[in-house]
Amino acid sequence: MIALPPEAWEALALSLRVSVVAVLASLPLAIWVAHVLARGAFRGKGVLDALVHLPLVLPPVVTGYALLLLFSRAGPIGGVLEPLGLGIAFRWTGAALAAAVMAFPLVVRSIRLAIEAVDPKLEEAAATLGASPWRVWITVTLPMAAPGVLAGVVMGFAKAFGEFGATITFVASIPGETRTLPSAIYAFLQVPGGGDGLRGLVLIAVVIAVGAVLVADWLAPRVAARIAGR
Amino acid sequence: MLEVAIRRVVGDFVLDVDLRASSGVTALFGPSGAGKTSVARCVAGLARPDAGRIALDGQVLFGEGVDMPPHRRGIGYVFQEARLFPHLDVRANLLYGAPRGVDLGAVADMLDIVPLLDRRPGGLSGGEAARVAIGRALLRAPKLLILDEPLAALDARRRAAILPYLERLRGQGVPILYISHAIEEVARLATTLVLLRDGKVQAAGPIADLLADPDMAVLLGPGQAGAVLEGQVIGSDAGSARIQTAAGTLAVTGQAEMGATVRLRVRASDVTLADRKPEGLSEPNVLPARVEVITDLGSGAMVRLRVGEASVLSQVGRDAVTALALAPGRDIWVVLRVAGAARWASGESQAP
Repeated sequence: MIALPPEAWEALALSLRVSVVAVLASLPLAIWVAHVLARGAFRGKGVLDALVHLPLVLPPVVTGYALLLLFSRAGPIGGVLEPLGLGIAFRWTGAALAAAVMAFPLVVRSIRLAIEAVDPKLEEAAATLGASPWRVWITVTLPMAAPGVLAGVVMGFAKAFGEFGATITFVASIPGETRTLPSAIYAFLQVPGGGDGLRGLVLIAVVIAVGAVLVADWLAPRVAARIAGR
Repeated sequence: MLEVAIRRVVGDFVLDVDLRASSGVTALFGPSGAGKTSVARCVAGLARPDAGRIALDGQVLFGEGVDMPPHRRGIGYVFQEARLFPHLDVRANLLYGAPRGVDLGAVADMLDIVPLLDRRPGGLSGGEAARVAIGRALLRAPKLLILDEPLAALDARRRAAILPYLERLRGQGVPILYISHAIEEVARLATTLVLLRDGKVQAAGPIADLLADPDMAVLLGPGQAGAVLEGQVIGSDAGSARIQTAAGTLAVTGQAEMGATVRLRVRASDVTLADRKPEGLSEPNVLPARVEVITDLGSGAMVRLRVGEASVLSQVGRDAVTALALAPGRDIWVVLRVAGAARWASGESQAP
């Protein structure tokens, strides 16, 4: 067992909580957006696509600054939420939002590709069997796209877990509240010699990132085989 | 009763059909590209006509400001590919559209798919998948069942293996719209025939009448024409059976169950004419007939004959018309080859 100072454990626990909440809370929206992008035909689809991908191409610090502008006490959304006690700037929920925004393009992309791969002929067949569009989606489209959804969740989790730039810009690095694992590593780096926790946290970050990729690789063919009906 | 009067334009292709289908099996027959599948998809709600009206049992499905979504139309559809849900086992596939609490036993028995119930579709053969697809559509308790070339993706042997199941399907009481470009399937299964070509209905009527119509022979093309005769098995012994038909009693080779209703196809090319009663033939079916209509085909002629109470077509060479002095009203003898080239099939009352 690696000997870690308490503040390192705190950062690890916070990071796990932030990234799980970030991915799970944004998943329904990600699935919906992925579906709209995969199957929808409407004006402005290109704009939506670009908007979703924006966090992938913008410098993370810009994304964090944009979140800060929107959610700070003076911002248009923060100005409404803060007086109600629901503010998220400089809170762990803000870290989760920043992580979710940054992971969103990866999650949507994976699910969208999976939905595009579902044969519309099966959806037609389901409709002729009396299934409403909603039931078709729940019983045919979504289960068929499950491997992609799963892969999106795992990759999204890894991305959220490692998110740094937007998080530190939006919610700073408050120990116990917003100091996630990458922020903690950065903080340890500011101390000459790196402190006790640096090596341990770096190791944990590597293990979790590699683990996520391995889990995704292990899961994908199994789910795909189940869906293919063999 | 299905009523269809629709118009649909896709690029250069104009579909403009007006047809009716009541109980039994209505075959929508025609060459590929005739628009058969387009009609079926419009009926099922999977495609939208530009104009017109579709009604089923008096309920408007399309037209008059209505465009009912496919899942509300109550129409079962068996596609060319089975389209089974790969993530569900065969049982769950069968029950997907079935009303709650339905017993799939009878349908599974009829289609011989009981041993497949716990399998996944990925491991089924083409013929097995086709049977499961038929069962799935049937268990949905449809008001109309559309079979869109369900045999087209199968090889000849598998096709022959499925046909008896489709014949049993006729006995289920569900009206069937059967889409096919294979006259043999149509002749075996259909009660009513609608001939579609280039997006238009060329002919429609009871199958026995249409297939005994020399003009239809021209539309169907050479080698395809021929009458169908329905009859009852009144005698059966090893390797042969006697069938009572409207044309008289015919002997056919093959096994048959006593009392079963069967359908015989008598190809025009398998009917030989003779001006006096031939004797000493290997072919047992020699019957008196009267010439009704002679249609010139150019290279020869199509002769419609009255045999007993039935009409039969005979394709003859050009010289035969003069040599036998064929003319309407002439009494003549026919030799029907029913065994061998002719297909014959069991009816709804009999297991294959």
